[in-house]
Amino acid sequence: MEELDGEPAVTVVPGVNSKKNQMCFDWGPGEMLVCETSFSKKEKSEMVPSCPFIYIIRKDVDVYSQILRKLFNESHGIFLGLQRIDEELTGKSRKSQLVRVSKNYRSVIRACMEEMHQVAIAAKDPASGRQFSSQVSILSAMELIWNLCEILFIEVAPAGHLLLHLLDWVRLHVCEVDSLSADVLGSENPSNHDSFWNLVTILVLQGRLDEARQMLSKEADASPASAGICRIMGDLMRTMPILSPGNTQTLTELELKWQHWHEECERYLQDSTFATNPHLESLLKIMLGDEAALLEQKELLSNWYHFLVTRLLYSNPTVKPIDLHYYAQSSLDLFLGGESSPEPLDNILLAAFEFDIHQVIKECSIALSNWWFVAHLTDLLDHCKLLQSHNLYFGSNMREFLLLEYASGLFAHPSLWQLGVDYFDYCPKLGRVSLELHIERIPLNTEQKALKVLRICEQRQMTEQVRSICKILAMKAVRNNRLGSALSWSIRAKDAAFATLVSDRFLRDYCERGCFSDLDLIDNLGPAMMLSDRLTFLGKYREFHRMYGEKRFADAASLLLSLMTSRIAPRSFWMTLLTDALPLLEQKQVIFSAEQTYELMRCLEDLTSRRPVHGESDIQQLQDEDIETTKVEMLRLALARNLARAIIREGSLEGS
Amino acid sequence: MEEIYAKFVSQKISKTRWRPLPPGSLQTAETFATGSWDNEENYVSLWSIGDFGNLDSDGGFEGDHQLLCDIRHHGDVMDLQFFDQERIVTASSTGCVTVFLHHPNNQTLSVNQQWTTAHYHAGPGSPSYSSAPCTGVVCNNPEIVTVGEDGRINLFRADHKEALRTIDNADSSTLHAVTFLRTPEILTVNSIGQLKIWDFRQQGNEPSQILSLTGDRVPLHCVDRHPNQQHVVATGGQDGMLSIWDVRQGTMPVSLLKAHEAEMWEVHFHPSNPDHLFTCSEDGSLWHWDASTDVPEKSSLFHQGGRSSTFLSHSISNQANVHQSVISSWLSTDPAKDRIEITSLLPSRSLSVNSLDVLGPCLVCGTDAEAIYVTRHLFS
Repeated sequence: MEELDGEPAVTVVPGVNSKKNQMCFDWGPGEMLVCETSFSKKEKSEMVPSCPFIYIIRKDVDVYSQILRKLFNESHGIFLGLQRIDEELTGKSRKSQLVRVSKNYRSVIRACMEEMHQVAIAAKDPASGRQFSSQVSILSAMELIWNLCEILFIEVAPAGHLLLHLLDWVRLHVCEVDSLSADVLGSENPSNHDSFWNLVTILVLQGRLDEARQMLSKEADASPASAGICRIMGDLMRTMPILSPGNTQTLTELELKWQHWHEECERYLQDSTFATNPHLESLLKIMLGDEAALLEQKELLSNWYHFLVTRLLYSNPTVKPIDLHYYAQSSLDLFLGGESSPEPLDNILLAAFEFDIHQVIKECSIALSNWWFVAHLTDLLDHCKLLQSHNLYFGSNMREFLLLEYASGLFAHPSLWQLGVDYFDYCPKLGRVSLELHIERIPLNTEQKALKVLRICEQRQMTEQVRSICKILAMKAVRNNRLGSALSWSIRAKDAAFATLVSDRFLRDYCERGCFSDLDLIDNLGPAMMLSDRLTFLGKYREFHRMYGEKRFADAASLLLSLMTSRIAPRSFWMTLLTDALPLLEQKQVIFSAEQTYELMRCLEDLTSRRPVHGESDIQQLQDEDIETTKVEMLRLALARNLARAIIREGSLEGS
Repeated sequence: MEEIYAKFVSQKISKTRWRPLPPGSLQTAETFATGSWDNEENYVSLWSIGDFGNLDSDGGFEGDHQLLCDIRHHGDVMDLQFFDQERIVTASSTGCVTVFLHHPNNQTLSVNQQWTTAHYHAGPGSPSYSSAPCTGVVCNNPEIVTVGEDGRINLFRADHKEALRTIDNADSSTLHAVTFLRTPEILTVNSIGQLKIWDFRQQGNEPSQILSLTGDRVPLHCVDRHPNQQHVVATGGQDGMLSIWDVRQGTMPVSLLKAHEAEMWEVHFHPSNPDHLFTCSEDGSLWHWDASTDVPEKSSLFHQGGRSSTFLSHSISNQANVHQSVISSWLSTDPAKDRIEITSLLPSRSLSVNSLDVLGPCLVCGTDAEAIYVTRHLFS
């Protein structure tokens, strides 16, 4: 066993007094049942009436969020698309596909976040508003982490480009600047606005130097005194060498140019060119990568990873991925300055900067309230072939383990189970077994739902589950007296025993009422009739009735006889069959030949000789036996008469 | 199909229906209703695809559909039909049939009328009733016909509390769908591959005609009647096959067309352009079948649909002497001459497409992936 990574959270079940009463629980696939036992802790007690409720404890509460449902559904499609990415694909095209998938995931998170944000604003009571807001911050943290992982693990940007990606990352997630910019530019005199210098500073901190220059030109227009130094600053900003995506210059060239530019800035600082304007002076210090000057802008940087990226931008723009972790750790330490300890998010980002994927996933699993994030991220990283070697001690790898957890959570939800199926499909080791366990537990309230579940099972050749579902439906139909339906279901399940049972019910009903129900089904059994002997008998017996109705007596007679001689008919039904033969025996023309009559007689004797003898018998039984005896007598008489006629007819036919 | 809009709605959609346009109207469809299933709380919702003045002028949401109003529905919505402009009839898995009334003034829905135990099972020998899901409903103002898993057919009138006519045990198996053939005749399909025609003028509980697929008794899930030629009927089955029937002759389908890979949940002729047909399926696909024969040579035959469509036609009569314009293109059985072009309308396949509806150039469909897709340019 591995050690625990943190204290497990305590869940208080409202209404259960665990101090007084013992509790018992049972694990379910995605949830847990908890109830109080009637045992009291005190040794003898007067059976206190305990809490009459059974509680269901769910572990993945986020599954129940209406808005997150959209995330689950939409990402399900992306997940399927990712699984279908051709394994053959290699190199650039594969990477670009994976990056596209990652961006799709992120855009879904963002869409969800925006909707959650709208709902949080519109929320009427403050409590739910707070709840939505906290969801928004969780989603935004998820997106932040995902984006960083995308840059570091999927894009695998080389030195130089790496910083551009990181800048985009920071700009995307520290976005207050846009509203501030609109605010300032919207004012009558932008350069006199309270936040004017804040805005310029933020723009410089984010490396948006073109925008910063435009702002400075406004300042230059407004105060001619500082126009000169503003122009110099503007020129510095313009000439800062950066790597543009389309540019072909080498890294060394860039480093050289950058060094040159850096020295130029240094010169201006030494010359005290901007000494008259403290704002510009501090901007220059920032652009020189001066840590103290940067840390003065803590408020505007708002977090350590912004600090990290700005610091890299102005001190080491061609940072190599391998060196990131050093800068990350020191930035975190500098930024927090020992005043506060890092939060879970900080640790996750730090682990990412250290390229420790497993640590990222582990920390996320602990910090986030749902499995969606880790399951999808891990799956994506696995497709990047980054997790191959890591096997867990219980048989499946981490990707599969997390997908199973997520899918189980979906199955615990009353309507998201369909999504879970596809996730199980892509878990090669334990997916199928899990699906088998879960699918049987889906309540089937309508046939349509049952058909959907059946389709899932049939597509995966889960014969055992197909049989069990059909059986459940057949049982239900029998209970509801829907014999036709029951028969259809048992035919679909190829369940011979149950088909026999239903056929017996049909025959019993026939014996009671003297007519068949559900003829539309029985007349159209076709090859399905062969499923069980009893069903064959039912179909054939009905065929006999149809022939009889159509006055095809000879055919009917031989069918009736063959039902008995081939032993398809259950012995208990023979008397009924023989009684059915009576009107045929009494017809004017001879229908049963002599030989057939002998057969019939043998059947009758067979039946009467094996009749069990009852030791004690009541009046009812005596009466029954009386009727039976009369029937046998009548049959014997009819058979004898028919035999006589048949012999005469056959004899005379042969004679003529 | 470039302009198809998807919206995720946090509920599995079982039915989608356009609100009918007022007679003689030149507008295009802009309101549709949906029903959900398999949620803890199910809803009947009305949506609009109309433009809301300048609200959508930023372009981002143009074409997106907005929720007008919704109301809770007890049980899964198994079927849903517009009774008229304002009223919606729903079939519930609880066996209840409900008429909802839409109030356009304050955008609300309310229950107008309800038959709570329209469908039920009578247990063996016990007087206790357990509800049976109502699986299908069809309206022809003022009449409403419902069918259910209990094999029962009910005929209601919107203004009557009691059922006008009930046929108990009309079918030994589950009835899956119902449609009007010509008043007062209806057509039902069941789970053992039979099509039954019922005439309400006849007493007793026997159908006036039974048509069936031979052999395998493949359950039929949906049925639609050709809007102009009332004897032409299309059905979809469990194996995804599309069957075209001529109810005037024969007891077997005129043609069987290999279509989807799983249950075909709905089939619809285009109401004003019946050479076009639309089907959707459990396999997550939505297909447009184009049988208009005026295009002489189709180079991109069966494109996008991916699967060739094989005719397994049973020639039922020599139709050469029938004037070509009279017979429906769906009944002609010469595979070489009349080809059907199939287009797949949804971009990627995932979970079941449960329902679709077409009206004019507009199509709406709903899926188990909790998305509603709408396009307003079907024939562009």
